[in-house]
Amino acid sequence: MTERTAETPTTEQGPDSRPPRRARNGVSAAAPARHVPENGARGSGRTFTIVAWTVLIIFAVLWLIPSLWAIKTSLTDNGVSAVGAGAILKDWNLTFASYFTLLSAGNIWNWYLASFVTAALTTIFAVLFSAMAAYALSRLRFRGRNVIFLLFIGGILVPPQVLIVPIFQMLNIGGLLNTYWAVILPQIPTVVSVFVFKQFFDGIPRDFEESARIDGAGYWRSFRSIIMPLSRPVMAAMAIVTFVGTWNNLILPLFVLSNPKLMTIPVGLATVQGSYGQRLSDIQASSILGALPLVILFLIFQRRIVEGFAGSGLKG
Amino acid sequence: MTATAEIQSAPVARPTRDDESGSPRTKGMSRAGWLFLVPFGVFYVLFLIWPVIYMLITSFFNTTMIRNGFGGFAGFANYQEMLTKPEFWSAMWHTIQFTIYTTPPLVILAFVFAVLANRAQHGQWFFRLAFFVPFILPSAAIALIWTFIFTPGTGLWNSFQTLLGDDAPLPVLGTPSIAMVGIAITTVWWTIGFNFVLYLAGLQDIPRELYEAAAVDGASPWQQIRSITIPLLGRTTTLVILLQIVASMKIFDQVYLMTAGGPGISTQVLLGLVTNTAFTDYRVGAASAASVLLFIVILLITLVRQLIVRAQERREATR
Repeated sequence: MTERTAETPTTEQGPDSRPPRRARNGVSAAAPARHVPENGARGSGRTFTIVAWTVLIIFAVLWLIPSLWAIKTSLTDNGVSAVGAGAILKDWNLTFASYFTLLSAGNIWNWYLASFVTAALTTIFAVLFSAMAAYALSRLRFRGRNVIFLLFIGGILVPPQVLIVPIFQMLNIGGLLNTYWAVILPQIPTVVSVFVFKQFFDGIPRDFEESARIDGAGYWRSFRSIIMPLSRPVMAAMAIVTFVGTWNNLILPLFVLSNPKLMTIPVGLATVQGSYGQRLSDIQASSILGALPLVILFLIFQRRIVEGFAGSGLKG
Repeated sequence: MTATAEIQSAPVARPTRDDESGSPRTKGMSRAGWLFLVPFGVFYVLFLIWPVIYMLITSFFNTTMIRNGFGGFAGFANYQEMLTKPEFWSAMWHTIQFTIYTTPPLVILAFVFAVLANRAQHGQWFFRLAFFVPFILPSAAIALIWTFIFTPGTGLWNSFQTLLGDDAPLPVLGTPSIAMVGIAITTVWWTIGFNFVLYLAGLQDIPRELYEAAAVDGASPWQQIRSITIPLLGRTTTLVILLQIVASMKIFDQVYLMTAGGPGISTQVLLGLVTNTAFTDYRVGAASAASVLLFIVILLITLVRQLIVRAQERREATR
């Protein structure tokens, strides 16, 4: 269902208060002929458009300033940035020195590795296991199914952050502290994705499987070769949401990882401010480097990411 | 994309329930059902159900990090301690304060941005980039950027204030009365993209014929927003508000990273109190009691949400 809304072009949604514009870009050819009254509405439509665009652009610029500021600072010499905001603005001798320092000496490669390994493994397990659970709840009828379903609904009410102390205790007893597993395992039960998957599986007609079953395919086979391929868009959306969520999780790795070599990016960045002191350009470069993989991910999967988050939010 | 084509070719039909019982397949299906549930179920029990039970149990014991086992039975002493402790109530107040500061802008601004961006025929990618990208960045990167902006003396915000003529601007994160405002501004900047996207999705469900009919009747865009967009986004708004309140109640990252609860305890929040009690004071029992109390508050908000959503559904059904 997420995919269908994704393919509805947003641009078609605009109320038709801008007839000249529509005529110019040819959208009106596809849209039904429209009668625009001559009284008042047209004039206020134009005012509205101007006000709307002004407000939107002002806010978009405001929203971009912090990131641009961080980028500019990271490209400035540490000595200059220590002087203050005015000096950073005036100095246009851009330098990549901070990036070179961090990439050659810092722990950043360890952090990237830790974040990548933990986020990727969590995502694989979480998506596969929650899709399997959703398949059972959606396609298979068996006793106890409704009880399990209610139990899962209950899980949505539990904010994982609140469980940090008992989870730490368990990992401690299990001897898993300071291993990647301590970050991966607790994040595997993603209840929301079970619901998103179930919702989607409920909409797939039974006939798809029936014919395969007549040919002798088992449940695992029909899950793997019929249901999973059909749900690729949902899988992608859930995978992205899980990946971004685990990549960015701070509270869990913060308390279960203390070895700097194993730290994920958020935990590593949290230690940066103390260790870099007054080297403001280095600090900003590290925040840019920490954010970079996700910005790249966003640029590649723009639509999927946006739809994925919208889908998960509407269900959770 | 090929994936899209596949989805659209799948007609939306409800599955039949003919094989609910009596068929010879039921037994095999039952076994398959449980096998499919096992992998998720194991992690669900281990890392969700058991921690909740463990948290409830330890909240009644003097459990500590230093020794193994639950420790001595404490009855309601941990709860009593928390409920009579000024630090607990100040943390509770700061959590609520943060929620009050962040929820209205995160709902209203997200609505405005979405309605305006939805009208933009071209360049929507630009607004998604501007508003949504901060949301997917790690809180630690956000904190580094904003701490730097708020740095007293050399930061961008102080320089801006000086430019406006304020000779000695207050250090935002270093002044007890406004430190939480600084954290709230950071959070609004960071997380608005999520609500923005929820509103954009909601806007796409409004049939455009409604706007066309309104335009034919001579309704101005302002009137259209007031009498079509706002009422039809009612359910989205309820969802956004309640998701936002729950999310704000769980605030931890920004405070931990930007002020560590300071200056003094002026920005200490509930999750910060929980982690301090557990990982600095090693008092797991007391921390569990505080977690349970926070959990109850969040649970109540979620239940209120369920009630409101159900009432809205009923109202829509009778209409």
